[in-house]
Amino acid sequence: MIRVILPQHLRTLANVAGEVTLAVSGAITPNSIVSALETRYPMLRGAIRDYGTLKRRPLLRYFACEEDVSHDAPDALLPKAIASGAEPFMIVGAIAGG
Amino acid sequence: MSSVRVLVGTRKGAFILTSDGKRQTWDVAGPHFGGWELYHLKGSPADPNRIYASQSSSWFGQIIQRSNDGGKTWEPVGNKFTYEGTPGTHQWYDGTAHPWEFKRVWHLEPSLTDPDTVYAGVEDAALFRSTDGGQSWQELPGLRDQQGSSWMPGAGGMGLHTILLDPTNPQRIFIAISAAGVFRSDDGGQSWKIATKGLHSQFMPDPTAPVGHCVHRIAMHPSRPNTLFMQKHWHIMRSDDAGDSWQKVSGNLPTDFGFPIDVHAHEPETIYVVPIKSDSEHYPPEGKLRVYRSRTGGNEWEALTNGLPQENCYVNVLRDAMSVDSLDECGVYFGTTGGQVYCSTNSGDSWKPIVRDLPAVVSVEVQTLP
Repeated sequence: MIRVILPQHLRTLANVAGEVTLAVSGAITPNSIVSALETRYPMLRGAIRDYGTLKRRPLLRYFACEEDVSHDAPDALLPKAIASGAEPFMIVGAIAGG
Repeated sequence: MSSVRVLVGTRKGAFILTSDGKRQTWDVAGPHFGGWELYHLKGSPADPNRIYASQSSSWFGQIIQRSNDGGKTWEPVGNKFTYEGTPGTHQWYDGTAHPWEFKRVWHLEPSLTDPDTVYAGVEDAALFRSTDGGQSWQELPGLRDQQGSSWMPGAGGMGLHTILLDPTNPQRIFIAISAAGVFRSDDGGQSWKIATKGLHSQFMPDPTAPVGHCVHRIAMHPSRPNTLFMQKHWHIMRSDDAGDSWQKVSGNLPTDFGFPIDVHAHEPETIYVVPIKSDSEHYPPEGKLRVYRSRTGGNEWEALTNGLPQENCYVNVLRDAMSVDSLDECGVYFGTTGGQVYCSTNSGDSWKPIVRDLPAVVSVEVQTLP
């Protein structure tokens, strides 16, 4: 199972507490994880990726194994620790303020 | 006994204020959707417990929420706003062509007769309609045929912010866009005509050009749908021919810049504005928060100050942040960027704050309940 950590506002929107665990088939990539997430929680559609282009929203980041993978190709394979569930895939809101 | 429900959208959530018909004591519920911007909430005239809310954030985009129990519980519905066809471009601030891009919903206008039909005014300016309770949205693209490629955003964005439905003619819709103007449809939103004759905007190269006027808000009394009142980026205007022509009625106002305008529930010639100092100083003149009322449909205005701060007040009242109830003694309400929501239970003669310390108020809508 894939573990996903959502920012607080998306946990509220999806009505979930803590981590989300997902069964994701095929290659484990940012796009496949977010697609599985959107299938399970349709209210998140459009809140992480643009509806039309499927591009990550600009003020969100993807973290995996202490690396920012936001600018990697969205269909690039994620580390094995994400695929095995040893580490969570993190969707993070950009810091506000200054 | 009648009661009122005030739907307040703020920069950090929604609040619902309720009272009985006396409007002396209030229950405050919220924040709903805490931390999100709530541009607008509005209830269905056909089913007051059906409420739609526009929830948005720079991080997570646009969400539409729907309640079927008067705002006690909510469910997210459809948030896919896709322009019909190839929308092309509009003018950008630097004069270049800029692709049409959906940013957010500024205003939701439920149908007068069907709780499942609701219109959404969006930025970049377009009108969408849902006929399934907000689950799906379709653009009415004929609007952009009205010189849409030449529309240009004002500093606040190119939003479609006003949607008026004619209660006597279900085919007639008026909409207003910053900074494009006013448009009217007589066929349910399929085709449109520009309705800006008589407007004069000094900031435009041609001050009387058909499009480019920064209309801030228009209002209508349901008993006189051919009479419209407008707060423009400078000037108060009125039309008595359904927008075919406009006349200036700023009269003796201390300044005719401002954002909201509204009409008394029982007196079609009694209108309200909240003047602010100028286009570059968005606060009341002299630090005195004054609502101005005209009982003559414009030109002759009186300051309403009783209960409002008359020194050191530098808040603004945004375009969707004024509303009226329809109780026998008409209630008038407005919210400020300082987080106050004021209520008058006597047509504006005196005011009291319902709440003082909300986040900046973006919108105020009032439901009068049986």
